[in-house]
Amino acid sequence: MKKKLSGWGRYPVAECEVTAPRDEAAVRAAVAQGPVIARGNGRAYGDAAMQAQGTLDMRRMNKVIAFDPVAGRVECEAGMLLGDVISAFLPHGWFPAVTPGTKLVTIGGCIASDVHGKNHRNDGTFARYLDWIDIMDADGDVVRADASSNSDLFRWTPGAMGLTGVILRAGFRLRPVESGWIRQEMVPAANLDAAMEVFETTDATYSVAWFDCLGRGDALGRSLVVLGDHATRDELPSDKRYRPFHVPARRRKKVPVDAPAFALNRYTLRAFNLLYHWNGSRQAGSSYVDWDSYFYPLDALLDWNRIYGRPGFAQFQVVIPLDSAKAGLTRLLDTIAASGQGSFLAVLKRLGAEGGPFSFPMEGYTLALDFPVNDRTLALMRELDAITVDHGGRFYLTKDSRLSAETLRAADGRVPDFIAMRAEQGLAGAFASGQSERLGL
Amino acid sequence: MKETVLILGGRSDIGLACAHAFAAEGHPVQLAARNVETLEPARADLALRHSVEVSLHEIDALATGTHGAFAAGLEPAPGIVICAIGALGNQTADEEDHAHAVEVMRANFEGPASLMAVFANQMAVRGEGVLVGISSVAGDRGRAANYIYGSAKAGFTAYLSGLRNRLAKQGVHVVTVKPGFVATSMTEGMDLPPKLTARPEEVGQAVLSAVRKRRNVIYVRPIWRVVMTVICAIPEAVFKKMSI
Repeated sequence: MKKKLSGWGRYPVAECEVTAPRDEAAVRAAVAQGPVIARGNGRAYGDAAMQAQGTLDMRRMNKVIAFDPVAGRVECEAGMLLGDVISAFLPHGWFPAVTPGTKLVTIGGCIASDVHGKNHRNDGTFARYLDWIDIMDADGDVVRADASSNSDLFRWTPGAMGLTGVILRAGFRLRPVESGWIRQEMVPAANLDAAMEVFETTDATYSVAWFDCLGRGDALGRSLVVLGDHATRDELPSDKRYRPFHVPARRRKKVPVDAPAFALNRYTLRAFNLLYHWNGSRQAGSSYVDWDSYFYPLDALLDWNRIYGRPGFAQFQVVIPLDSAKAGLTRLLDTIAASGQGSFLAVLKRLGAEGGPFSFPMEGYTLALDFPVNDRTLALMRELDAITVDHGGRFYLTKDSRLSAETLRAADGRVPDFIAMRAEQGLAGAFASGQSERLGL
Repeated sequence: MKETVLILGGRSDIGLACAHAFAAEGHPVQLAARNVETLEPARADLALRHSVEVSLHEIDALATGTHGAFAAGLEPAPGIVICAIGALGNQTADEEDHAHAVEVMRANFEGPASLMAVFANQMAVRGEGVLVGISSVAGDRGRAANYIYGSAKAGFTAYLSGLRNRLAKQGVHVVTVKPGFVATSMTEGMDLPPKLTARPEEVGQAVLSAVRKRRNVIYVRPIWRVVMTVICAIPEAVFKKMSI
């Protein structure tokens, strides 16, 4: 059926032929028509999971196949939501080893994006916990890939944005936890130097900094660094210790209508950022936060992407390598502050070593910001692209909706190998997305 | 220990959604369908996700002679029975295909009513239990577009209403569910208006809440109550010339 699709950023929008397969045979039939791209829960920001000729909505293939409560191993179909993995297995004492900032993503999407979390420096990406994948190739055959058989496919698929085939099933490991609570510590940082100092010295499992994009001069990079560790059962206050995996249900709010475009000008942004700061400084110090509020604060605000109004928004997320991080981030933040287009959400994280041949993270700092889409912000992002390339930075394809093929090539030396691999394996004609066509992948 | 929930029509999207909603609350589940062994992946999924007992049971809704033995053989006897059996058919084709039209009517009325009958008697003896029938807004008024399906659902709605009346004094509660449009395999490929179309999970949640609150008749999306009130209020002289 023809459907108007967009990513989470609601930009760009395209008319796509969408099928929602319930079994392998239906996937095979769609692949035979080609080209296709698999789509999970539509949380990639741009056109990574959109193909005008054939988009496969994988959410109906979402069954748990097996669970080993002793080793924390899960086997499931690719359309299962990460949030459902948590509800099913946290009561057994297991939590995802790596989670992005929303639980409303599918496992297939986690693999295709090779997601990272606030613990990347310590624990790597999702791929590190992957035991195997079942993936459909261009001929409609299902291939089991793991570290020993079809190991090239197993290495290339994480981060490949679905361009190595349709991920059908996966086996992966979870992390043992003693409770559903996170011991959170908030550290206000006066500027970028102070924030980086916190990142470099902390031994917390999770770390992330929320930015006030409007700070200039000495206050550039003024931020709140949020550190977290899984709370042990013994350290919990007695009311929580009794049922350590039980956390209060959160009330969901919904953004009912599209906000008008003028709703987000620099004054409302400044007010929001100040409020966030104030709220943060007030809670400075240590506290226990339930897993849902800690990892997924925005999931409680359903359809929050509508706050940017009908034109949609774009996210700019890059990683700048460690040696040029300070200079690169300063240039980026300066340019953003000068433009007054600072975004609703700005996040800084420390990343660890690169984990795969087309996976996004590398040792350095990653900055992510949202911009409402308009001519001025698109021009600003092109400026930021150039700064990123100048500092040896790299772009996160999951967030991308507007990069040019030239910029991607300039930023990421791995692109030619990726294209060659796709050609060699006969994948190029069979699997393609709006993004891969735009970027010439 | 929470009551065991029997899902009649355990292959249907609505039936499975109900199974998930109740299993998530810790209810053991019995899935009944034809060729039920093919539901093993769904069984495993339910059991692993929600850590509850889930069993499979063979049932043919149209083999009404087997229903008594089927109900008697379930161990434990279910405290909540949800009937999601039904077939949409193809109105235009079935106007010519008499045999298939009859089958659609039997699948939507005779089979479901026969199953409800045996569980009603079982629950009446125990003096407790909840019966849930998934009927349809199509049963509220016969329309040219789907009256074969709709008339059978009308019969099922009336049957549930009668059962509720009879069993109210015996501690057994009966819920009639009129889901409206639902995005399921039954409606796949149809161009349904999004505001009027529920996801199967919404139906599951609505059934769970209706059972807990002992509701009598529910429309899953409240807008449907309004829509059907309007449709039922149109005078027959006007209605017969309309195409809706």
